[in-house]
This record gives sequence, structure tokens and C-alpha cells, in this order.
Amino acid sequence: MSVTNTPDRPSFVKIADADINGIFPSGLEYNPPARGMWNIVHTGMLVPEAHEIFACAQGCLRGVILTAAEMFELDRLSWISVSEEDMFDGTLESDIIDGVCEIIEKLGHRPPVVLLYLSCIHLFAGVDFDVIIGELSAKYPDIHFVDCYMTPTMRTTVSPVMKMSSQIYGALQPLPLDKKCVAIVGNDRATDEDSELVRIIRENGFTLYDIAYCKTFEEYLQMAKAAVNISYIPTGVLAGDELKERFGGEHIHIPFSCDFDTIEENYKTLCDTLGVDMPDFEEDKKAALQSLKNAKAIIGDTPIAIDYTAVTRPFELARLLCEQGFDVRYVVADSAGAEPQAFEWLKINRPELLIYSPVNVNMLEMPDEPHEDILAIGQKAAYYFASDRFVNIIVNGGYYGFSGIRKIADLMTDAYLNKKDRAQLLRLKGMGCASCL
Amino acid sequence: MKNVSKIIPCYAADSSGVCSALYELGGMTVVHDASGCNSTYSTHDEPRWTKMKSNIFISALTELDAIMGNDDKFIADVVSAAHDKQPAFIALCGSPMPMMTGFDYDAVALEIEAQSGIKTIPLHTNGTRSYIEGASEALLEVVKAYAQPCEKRDNAVNVLGLTPLDFPLGTDTAIKKWLADNGFECVCTLAMGDSLDNIKAMPSAKVSLVVSYSGFAAAQYLKDTYGIPIVCGVPLGCEYPCDLAGALFWAMEHNEDYFYSAVHQSGGDTVIIGESVFASSLACALESDRRGRATVISTLPTDERILAQGDVCLSAEEDIEKYLQDYKPACVIADPLYKYIVPKETAFLNLPHFAFSGRCYERHFTNVIDRRLQEILR
Repeated sequence: MSVTNTPDRPSFVKIADADINGIFPSGLEYNPPARGMWNIVHTGMLVPEAHEIFACAQGCLRGVILTAAEMFELDRLSWISVSEEDMFDGTLESDIIDGVCEIIEKLGHRPPVVLLYLSCIHLFAGVDFDVIIGELSAKYPDIHFVDCYMTPTMRTTVSPVMKMSSQIYGALQPLPLDKKCVAIVGNDRATDEDSELVRIIRENGFTLYDIAYCKTFEEYLQMAKAAVNISYIPTGVLAGDELKERFGGEHIHIPFSCDFDTIEENYKTLCDTLGVDMPDFEEDKKAALQSLKNAKAIIGDTPIAIDYTAVTRPFELARLLCEQGFDVRYVVADSAGAEPQAFEWLKINRPELLIYSPVNVNMLEMPDEPHEDILAIGQKAAYYFASDRFVNIIVNGGYYGFSGIRKIADLMTDAYLNKKDRAQLLRLKGMGCASCL
Repeated sequence: MKNVSKIIPCYAADSSGVCSALYELGGMTVVHDASGCNSTYSTHDEPRWTKMKSNIFISALTELDAIMGNDDKFIADVVSAAHDKQPAFIALCGSPMPMMTGFDYDAVALEIEAQSGIKTIPLHTNGTRSYIEGASEALLEVVKAYAQPCEKRDNAVNVLGLTPLDFPLGTDTAIKKWLADNGFECVCTLAMGDSLDNIKAMPSAKVSLVVSYSGFAAAQYLKDTYGIPIVCGVPLGCEYPCDLAGALFWAMEHNEDYFYSAVHQSGGDTVIIGESVFASSLACALESDRRGRATVISTLPTDERILAQGDVCLSAEEDIEKYLQDYKPACVIADPLYKYIVPKETAFLNLPHFAFSGRCYERHFTNVIDRRLQEILR
């Protein structure tokens, strides 16, 4: 094999040369130690009083069990390990049923809901999940069994995160819809109370439900009353669609955006759906722009790197910041499918902006390479650019709308002025969850 | 059921054992997996991930590639990464999905080696077994691949089975010091603080010290191929390290194996739960330091010669729980996450084991080599 200094598959590309339909070719993947993003265990724990049971191979079990252990929830998770023989001896379903029954009998209490996770190999082997859920439900009529999926091999068909964000509502039962009840669905954290989104809902007399508010299973069940389900995270769309199909309410998807026109369109959709007047957002816009101006005055021309785990639309945030005079030089992301306009704008107006792959094997050495001082937005950007000046949020941090932009701008200012303990913060799994570390 | 656990974790899996064993040797390890193995390994099974770079990657297998048997993509991706990384060798291992599709590691390794010109080692993990099995195969194959006949050196010792899954970082330094203090020369501490050059020189040793069962298969290979006898044991406590050093000299002199972890008398009012070589060595140390006798529950694959008569091999939660209920020990020494299944009236001494509780008790890890038991057991 010929040896050259040119990487076979470079870890970055100029946006001017990037194809939005496939920024990087797929290949081997590296896993950077930035652990803030949630996994399906964290998400399942949002269901109050739920017990999680995983049936999968030891290698897959390990990560989920220790996720629960680190968040002090080991007593809410049990498991059934699967061996090679189990896959071929004709006992695929009965082994799971027997294992779940044994666990329930040993628990010492009856959880109102059991989230039962199967894995890639079960689906590959054609497991009959309906039979499993059916038999368990017949044996334990006081328990809601919800089918859940740890199926990363199928991630290009339905992502496990998106599916889990939907399945956490699987134990809801039909209730009469209440037109004055609204739910935000598909998120792993509550939406900022200062957001225009929450204000519009509350100030117009609606009751707002969110699984992140629910402390008891009874409270959780009330979510089924929502006549309107709102999703704004890409992985929340399936949850909204399925709730609409099951209970008949409406689902509106008003995606998180950093584009002022899109934000306003989202609020119009919301107000039309709720049947309320559209507020005047001029003051909110001004406040957002003022915060950006204040941030720019302090951050100056410090180069900025944004990653896709911090915000769901990193290219839109990059465009907004560039329009406000910031020097955004790097985006860590491997797709931009939901934000083509921002991508194209950056191609034309910031052609030198570099897009870095979050997982390319050549990213391994990147933190050790010399970097200029960077303000990072997101944990992966902080790790790769070895910056202690970083905004420590995931999935928009619960922020939304004009107030969300204002708060992210304020966080940028704070990040620039106050260095963080990068190593300690990045090692914590599931940002916002308890941790024993 | 033996494969059900209400609360206690499982041990690190075979693929993590491979990655851990090969971490410092300058190769490139590829786990054929969709996702998950990489984050699990690098988060929970690998304390060096943020401290020391190593070329350990996953293949990012997709549903379509699995169903279509698209091994060409895997081969091309590995060859591409090898072009960029120029590793000393390539190791391939896998997860449950390749097991389902019947992925042929041996054939694919040959193809990758032909295309890349880099030695490629197939390792046959499937994510359903323990780290011991993965690390064991990895250490065996790397020794097979790199150990070269060479002249014997006086009092030279190989240490085998040393990975952070069983021992805190820095144990390699501590064990080298202990060996030096007792008049030995350390050839190799496979595979912590080590290199391929040291592996090449392993046949120069006169004895192999196996400190976890992960190192046993490689030690057996060195015995079968180069006539190097095996001693099993970990130098713990005050008296036992001196006895173990004596066992090393005895094995060298007589050219015979000495399973010195098995010399304790099983029984007494203490139960030790864990990896066989370590746990049984600890039982020996308790006895040598006149702290009573102990029975070992070996929770991972092992060889019965490593354990004393009366020690037991149990891995299922229900079996361990029942054994403890019946045994009624006054004290249990184990990883803290075993506490959930220990009878409430039983005293419990924490001995965190990274391969079991991962990072949960990381801050409590401390060097155990050649140290007094009261400093190790809290």
C-alpha cells in the first residue's frame, strides 16, 4: 500500500466543496469522550416509576447498565443476557417472557410500566415482539408493557433515539381530549419557561404537559388529555405523529430554528392551532439581537466552532452568528439536511468555513494538534478544539425561539469570560441527570 | 434463570477485552459493530481513553450492509483507515450482529492484510462473552504473532494478563518495582505499559507470572512453545508477595508450573467475589497475614487449578445470592455493586473492579500490588 501524507478520507472539508447530500463518506468511526448526550436509558427513565428491562448480548448490556448505575437508578433496570445458542434454539420469545416474569416476581413491587428493550439481533432473527408483549400483558394486567428498541444497526431506518422518544409515551391510555391542554413531546428536557413558546401557552390559559415535569405515573397519564402535541426536536416528530394517530389530537412540528422568519412562522402555526392571537415579538427580537451584540462586543473576533450536539440546527446558528459579525470558522457535523438554506448561504458567504466530521478516524489526534483560542458551542467542539471556553449545552439546552437565541448568546458571553473544567464536564453522561462521578 | 439479573451489572464484554488488551501496542483495533460498542468501551471499560490515544474504531455497520453481506465495505473502510493511521498491526473483532450474519473474520483479515500490507489479526468475539475471553484471545494471538526465539535471561519474568479492566493504571510500574525488589528482571507486562518490542522478547523469560486469567492462554502458549513455566498469583498483602516471589524462583528452578493462587485453604467466614487469579490471591494474602480463611466465588471463566479446593465458580445473580444466603459469611469482599445481593447482616468490604462497576468507583481505585491489606480493603 502506498503511504502518503494525504489522508485517504480527510476529516474536514470546506463548505464550498461540501455536498449537503453527503458531507463525508461513511467509514470506520471514532468515539470522542464527550458524554453529555442522552441515550435510550436516560430517556426511558423519564417515565415516572417505570422499570426498564433490557434483553440483549453482554456487550450491549454493559453500557446501559452502567448508564443507570452512574445516575443512581440501578434499581430501575434489570436485564436478560442473550447467548449465541439462545438465537438458534427456538426459545427466542419464551426466554424473554420467562426472564421478564422472573424479574417482576423478584422486584418486590409492581411497577406501573415496564419498558422492555430488545436488540438488533432479535429483530434480525424475526422475533415476534407482539407475542411477547401480549403474553406479558395477559399475565400482568396491572402493568403496561411497552416495546422499546436498542437497535443501532437499524439507525438509518428509524433511529433508536427517535423511536425511544416516541415509546416513552407508550403507556399513555386514551382520555377525553381537553382543548385547553397542550403537551410538548419528544424532548429530554423541559422547555425554558422564558421562551415565547411556553409563554404563549401559559398566558392563554392552557395547561402545559411535558414528560420532564411528571413526577408520578398518575401525572404522566394526564398527558393523554392534550388536544395539541407540539414537537420541535427532529427526533420528536415520530412521538407527535404517533400520539396523533393513537389519541386523535393534533400534532404540530415547529422545529427549533435560529432563523428569525422561521421562528415567527412557527409561532404563527402555534397560535393558529391554539386559536389565540399572535403576540408582537418585536421586543423579543430586539432582546435577542442586543444579546448577540453584547456577546460580539466581548467575544470580538475569537474564532467559533459549533457542533451538532449543542443545537439541532448548527448551520443556522452559524449563519446567524456570521450575520452578526462573529467569526464562525468551524462546524462539527455530518449532515445538514434540515437546514439547506443556511448551508447554501454559508457556502456563498463563508466558503472557507470548515466542516469537521464528528467521527472520522483522523479526528482522534485533533485535540492534540495546535489550535488558536476557540470559543466552542457544544461538547464535541470543545473536545476537538481543546477549548475550556465552551457553551455546555446539548439539544438546544431546552431553549427555543427568540429568547432561546438571547440565552445562547448570553451563554457564549459567559463561556468566553469564564473557563470551564472541560475534562470533568465532558465525562458526565446524560447532561442534566444525576451522576456518581 | 441463569441469564437474568434483577440488579447487579454484567462484566465488560469480550470485544472490550480485546480493545483493552491491545490498547498500548501500536495497532489498530476495529470492532465490527453498528454503534454502542465504541461508546460503551470508551466510556465504561477504558480509563485510558482521555489520557492516551489509541486507534480503536468501530465499523458503523448498517442494516443494509448486514443483510446484504457487504463485507467489501468493511474491508475498504479498514484499508482506508490503515492507510491514514499506518498501525503496527490491525486487529478485527466483532459484536452480535456479525455473529448473526456469519461474518468470516479469518477470511476478511487475510483480504485486509493482502490489500494493506499490514499484519491483520482476526479475533472471534461476538459480544456475548466476557472480557476475559476477548482479552485472552487477543493476548494469545499477539504473542503468537510477535514473540521470537531468543536467549534466556537470568531471573527474567513475563507478567501476563495485566489490563486496566482488572488493575488500576500504574500497576505495571508497581509490579515491575516489586519484581526488581525481589531480584527479578521484568521482560514484559502484557499489556499495560508495554510494547511489541517487549513481546518479541518474551521467550527470553524463565517464568511467566499470570496475574489474571486473561493472560493464561498466552502463558500456556509460551510454555508449550518455549518451555516457560507458569506461576499464577498477584502480590497482595504483607507476607504473600514474599511467598509468591519464592514460587517464581521455585518454578524457574524446577521448570514446573506453580498455581500459587490456589495455596490457600478455602473456608472460613469470609467470601471473596471476583476474577479468579486476583480473588484467590487475595484469599492467600488474608491467610498469610493471619486474617483468617476465605472462600472464593470466581465469577468469570477460569481454570480450576487457579482456585483452591472448595472455591466455587458462579456467575448468575441468583446463584451467587443463594450461595451467600446459605454460606452466611461474616464478611464479603467484592466490588461495591455486589452489595445489592449480599445478606444485610453481612459486613462488606469494597474492592472496586473496573470490569464490573466501570467508572462508578474510579476515584477509589488504588494500587494494590505489594501493599498491606488494610490499605486495600475499606
